[in-house]
Amino acid sequence: MLKVPYVTSYLTEHFGDDAFGTIEGYEAKGGYRAARRAITQMSPDEVVELVKESGLQGRGGAGFPTGMKWSFMPKETDGPKYLVCNADESEPGSFKDRILMERAPHLVIEGMLIAAWAIGASKSFIYVRGEYAYPAKQMMRAVQEAYDRGLLGRRLMHSDFNHDIVIQRGAGAYICGEETGLLESLEGKKGQPRKKPPFPAQFGAFGRPSTVNNVETFAHVPHIVSKGTDWFRSFGTEQSPGTTVFGVSGHVLRPGLFELPLGTPLQEIVFDHAGGPPEGRRVKGVIPGGMSMPILPAHQLDVPMANEFLRERKTMLGTGGVMVMDDTTCMVRVGELVSYFFRDESCGQCTQCREGTGWLHQILRRLERGAGAPDDLDILLDVAGSMEGQTICAFADAAAWPVQGLIRHFRSDFEEHIRQRKCPFPESFEL
Amino acid sequence: MVISELTRGQIADEITKYPLKRGALLPALHWVHAELGHVTHECAAELGEIFGIRPVEVMEVVSFYNMFYDSPQPRHHVRVCTNLPCSLRGARTLLSRLESHLGVKAGEVTPDGRVGLGHEECLGACAYAPMMRVDDVYYEDLDFEAATRILDSLD
Repeated sequence: MLKVPYVTSYLTEHFGDDAFGTIEGYEAKGGYRAARRAITQMSPDEVVELVKESGLQGRGGAGFPTGMKWSFMPKETDGPKYLVCNADESEPGSFKDRILMERAPHLVIEGMLIAAWAIGASKSFIYVRGEYAYPAKQMMRAVQEAYDRGLLGRRLMHSDFNHDIVIQRGAGAYICGEETGLLESLEGKKGQPRKKPPFPAQFGAFGRPSTVNNVETFAHVPHIVSKGTDWFRSFGTEQSPGTTVFGVSGHVLRPGLFELPLGTPLQEIVFDHAGGPPEGRRVKGVIPGGMSMPILPAHQLDVPMANEFLRERKTMLGTGGVMVMDDTTCMVRVGELVSYFFRDESCGQCTQCREGTGWLHQILRRLERGAGAPDDLDILLDVAGSMEGQTICAFADAAAWPVQGLIRHFRSDFEEHIRQRKCPFPESFEL
Repeated sequence: MVISELTRGQIADEITKYPLKRGALLPALHWVHAELGHVTHECAAELGEIFGIRPVEVMEVVSFYNMFYDSPQPRHHVRVCTNLPCSLRGARTLLSRLESHLGVKAGEVTPDGRVGLGHEECLGACAYAPMMRVDDVYYEDLDFEAATRILDSLD
């Protein structure tokens, strides 16, 4: 099935065209002109400044300003620097990077080339999650095409710049999406995140200064270089410019991808674009940005989808994976499912996370089965609180926040399970 | 020698791409799985020799990743995604019907070794649920009939 967004903008407008995935088709739409311009007419510093001024924020989950990240790279070094594309998309509810790699591999490569020029990297690595066999194949084909055209390799585009791209496939570990877990995996080790500092800009891949950016982040870069920061800032909000590719799933009539400006109200995405819930149902809650992000209840869907607004509601944009749940949904069951995932995927090196994810899951499981005790909610919040901010990476936060969010907004669901000693939602999805 | 010359050549190629040899360990393990299906202790010893690390360090990596195996595997891995977006659209119901159809529980292998059925965490197909991964191929927007047709056609 052809995966074309229902609503397109600059990133995805040619996704319906198969040729856009080939180098001929991509160049026919003006592809690689931005990279050529950056590499032959701009200094690396000018590119970094441009991306800084554009206000582009990373699209991999944390929303860190991309230009600032690039500026952390040391200028003078006695050895190689590396660029890494994080294509380990594993956040439940997220599938935009997969479709970007399938439909627009050259857009991603062009963004990487510009970034590599800006930070002075001689080599980049694209780390594609193991399960994405087809996207990895598309990227490999596109990289080969770029080599054959002289856009990669030695003295590319007849410049003095050399750049190679290596594609590595992961092997099924959610934690490798965490940038330092990814770097460990790239080095042939278990993907256990590193203590920071040092940050990757000082000590990254193979101990060298490195920058790690998400697939979609790279895809914005050629557009910024070719059309400028004013143009880019004409999309989105003051603090969060540009579009993003929202992935909508769950209880909606039209699940799929929608490229929309940041700041688009969540209700517009859920109802106007994705068609809202099935006939006769109402929305109960929406997870706005991938499973790590706390849920929002139906009466808060007016929120504009940009971090400056979502933070006020104690949640974040994350990866833009919007999961919609209708009024049949049992939120304790959601909690059990979510906590199972994090328990299963904890890398195990920090006690708070390894033990805490297990406790969260066990307690939520017994609550869902009607065997919960009245103080279970306090225990859940206590365990979640003792995980947050206490570990090497943000995984423990990602495991704690959804549980806190579910209790914050749907406490009565939990209390009813305890009072009735059973799940009061007979029509909820099967677990 | 359990790792063939051909696979050794592919591993040698991978090693040239990395600044440190060990970087090619995951690609090497993918090649080994393509050839042998899983990593035995002999195989880990041979990889250890190629990479200049101990066999236990190879096995440590094998055991960390879901897609690497240290025991013989079924001919086909069938994995139904049961994470939240898929579960909201009936993935668990599909999985339990497939369990009945194959006569095995999730996590088990059919007695003829043909199909290993299991569930998997989010595969990045959230809008096209329910879905399953059969070996390296995604099948999306499934119902029970479509899923069983696919399963029945596997060799």
